[in-house]
Amino acid sequence: MSAAAPAQAGLFDCRDSFARTIEALAEADPRIVTVVSDSVGSSKLGGFRKKWPDRMVNVGIAEQTVVAVGAGLANGGKVPFVSAASCFLTARALEQIKADIAYSNVNVKLIGQSSGVAYGELGPTHHSIEDMAWLRLLNNLTVIVPADPWQTEQAIRAAAAMNGPVFVRVSRMPVPALERSDASFEIGKAETLVQGDDITIIANGTMVHRAVAAAKILAGEGISARVVNMATINPLDEAAILAAADAGAIVTVEEGSVRGGLGGAVSELVTANTPVPVRIMGFPGFVPTGSADWLMDHFGLTATGIADAARQTIARKR
Amino acid sequence: MVYEAQLGHPGGDFSAADILSALYFGVMRYDPSKPNDPARDRFVMSKGHCTGVFYSVLAAAGYFPEADLSTYMQPLSRLNGHPNRNYLPGVETNTGPLGHGLPVALGIAIAGQIDNADFRTFVLTGDGELQEGSNWEAALTAGHRKLRNLTLIIDRNRLQQGARTEETASLDPLDDKWRAFGWHVEMIDGHDHAQLLDVLSVDPATRDKPLCIIANTFKGKGVSFMHDNVAWHHGVPNKEQYEQAMAELV
Repeated sequence: MSAAAPAQAGLFDCRDSFARTIEALAEADPRIVTVVSDSVGSSKLGGFRKKWPDRMVNVGIAEQTVVAVGAGLANGGKVPFVSAASCFLTARALEQIKADIAYSNVNVKLIGQSSGVAYGELGPTHHSIEDMAWLRLLNNLTVIVPADPWQTEQAIRAAAAMNGPVFVRVSRMPVPALERSDASFEIGKAETLVQGDDITIIANGTMVHRAVAAAKILAGEGISARVVNMATINPLDEAAILAAADAGAIVTVEEGSVRGGLGGAVSELVTANTPVPVRIMGFPGFVPTGSADWLMDHFGLTATGIADAARQTIARKR
Repeated sequence: MVYEAQLGHPGGDFSAADILSALYFGVMRYDPSKPNDPARDRFVMSKGHCTGVFYSVLAAAGYFPEADLSTYMQPLSRLNGHPNRNYLPGVETNTGPLGHGLPVALGIAIAGQIDNADFRTFVLTGDGELQEGSNWEAALTAGHRKLRNLTLIIDRNRLQQGARTEETASLDPLDDKWRAFGWHVEMIDGHDHAQLLDVLSVDPATRDKPLCIIANTFKGKGVSFMHDNVAWHHGVPNKEQYEQAMAELV
């Protein structure tokens, strides 16, 4: 299947990729249903509703129920894709995700839309920078943070193909399609996009293309930076992270809080095995109001900001 | 088993015992040898702390050996303090935190509605549990979708952990609340098997609404010193109390 149509020249909204993929899957598998909390438009599921009105369950503005209904639909033999804004889906229904989905270990796919600081101007109530940290802690729950439209499609397909609970974090921030020499996707497997030995930059989601751009800046200075796309944050690709530590220094970059997310996951593993300096890049916590682009610039989540962090971290190598 | 474990919630177990007996031995369709049969009626135990009565009924229904009841809450037992579907056949969803059962049962009933299947979904909540807002989210959608295949039974024993429900956050008029949400309501004596069987056995095809049964009960029913006594929400009997209770129950 081809990538989603470009929103801007060369840039893609991964929600389009989600919507297109779920329609293709639903065509082939009548068990697939969507569950929304008044989030049809923001999930780009208008096309799905038109094709299969009876296979979309809209519970209204009720996130606890949207998650619990997903668990019930799975009990009734369906393969439900529960799609809602990640900020409300994960925060408001965290106990339902824990008890009804992860602890009950049921075949529900949770899609956290418009994650990170996509709703920048709307302020921290609408930012979803804690979701990766909260959900990666739950046993049984696979957590995937795809980086571009192709990987979003692969993540949705893999989620549908496996029997068990999955959370896929989908951004609405325009991102380019990544260049890959080996296009393959497997849950729990990281992909190395750029080879390098001086430092490893581990990123996921909207930060991956920025990490690749940072590596290009560093290459121009004679610094060889490896870039690893850690799309699955639970289960973690431990081998890839331990191999990353071989470079002697690590920078992690995520469109999320610096506490507990990708950086936290990498740090836990590295600290216990091959301690090397780890610099965690992300947002410090509640951030000021501003557009997503402004926030990323302000907090250094740019190619130049990542390159700066890489140089500083290399200087801390032992 | 509560006496053996010295843990449990006997008050709520006894208030729900007649309801569960009527469901499992008079109304529901199930085959314990095929616990995942898609055609089975579902029961969701939303008041998940009342595992004493739930496990006893599941064992009596044939889902697992009655001898296992003596492992209740022991280390590595399948009989957790709150039910776990991955350990124990017959458990549809893991419960414990309150206000989860009705929303999950709603999803099960919607799956049946989509498939035009004829299985029924029953859920038992406590009354204090209705103070959790998640129930009312689900009530709204169930009424909206006219889910005739969904039956909620409220164990209306009027006691919660700390005090009477009406002293804590009052629920009355409870029947009017459910009617306003688009449900068909029946108020019965939750210890009267004939009444329970009557309302539970009505063919769902004869109504176009979800059914809410407000079962008026007493916490600790059947044991004089527990009867309607808030102290027995999660009290456990000593040896003398255990012997007295067993003598009164037999």
